[in-house]
Amino acid sequence: MIRVQFEDFDLGNELAQMTRDNHAIGGLCSFVGLVRDMAGGDDISAMTLEHYPGMTEKALSEIEAEALERWPLDGTLIIHRYGRLEPGDQIVLVAAASAHREAAFEACHFLIDWLKTKAPFWKLEDTPDGGKWVDARDSDDAATSRWDKKQPAAE
Amino acid sequence: MKLLYFAWVKEKTGTSNEDFTLPDGVATVAQLIDVLKERSSGYSEAFSDHSVLRCAVNQEYVTLEHPVSGDDEIAFFPPVTGG
Repeated sequence: MIRVQFEDFDLGNELAQMTRDNHAIGGLCSFVGLVRDMAGGDDISAMTLEHYPGMTEKALSEIEAEALERWPLDGTLIIHRYGRLEPGDQIVLVAAASAHREAAFEACHFLIDWLKTKAPFWKLEDTPDGGKWVDARDSDDAATSRWDKKQPAAE
Repeated sequence: MKLLYFAWVKEKTGTSNEDFTLPDGVATVAQLIDVLKERSSGYSEAFSDHSVLRCAVNQEYVTLEHPVSGDDEIAFFPPVTGG
């Protein structure tokens, strides 16, 4: 399931709903991203997340579908917020449920790595010098490419 | 066609979306950018550095060599920074 929303989410409730009716699930892995009060030496008083309505939902659905194809999962969840957030606020939740821990860990890691470089969101940070758009990081591209499918070895 | 702009691209063009008539002879995203750059100093600045510009045609990421047509929805924005 994917959700793009301004509202905050309750981590406990969200995870409980993923497993409540499926007792074949043996492992549930989640990641929550939070707004920090510092970035690149600047004090951050708030962050505004902009996104591309329509394409965002499409991109997140494709990322979720890719995870479901790669791992034996019993459920996935992506919630991403937009709008004005403050330090300590939750930005994003990704979670993956499976019979065993390995698929849950890997799929959760995959979901957040792919989301960071493929979902059309942009962050504007409020700093003492005014608003600054966050630059994409090479390390995020590297984290995404870790999940590139290996090409079959040449014969 | 419909043009959409996000993040600092939107700030430089001064608009988030607009209807645009595809001029004759414009067949690719790169050619469309060349036309848009001529519209104002803001547009020129928004489209000056292709290395920090990303494009989606009908909500799919494309390269600047991708073809465009009159009824496309085309979005321009910086590299994404969600998560």
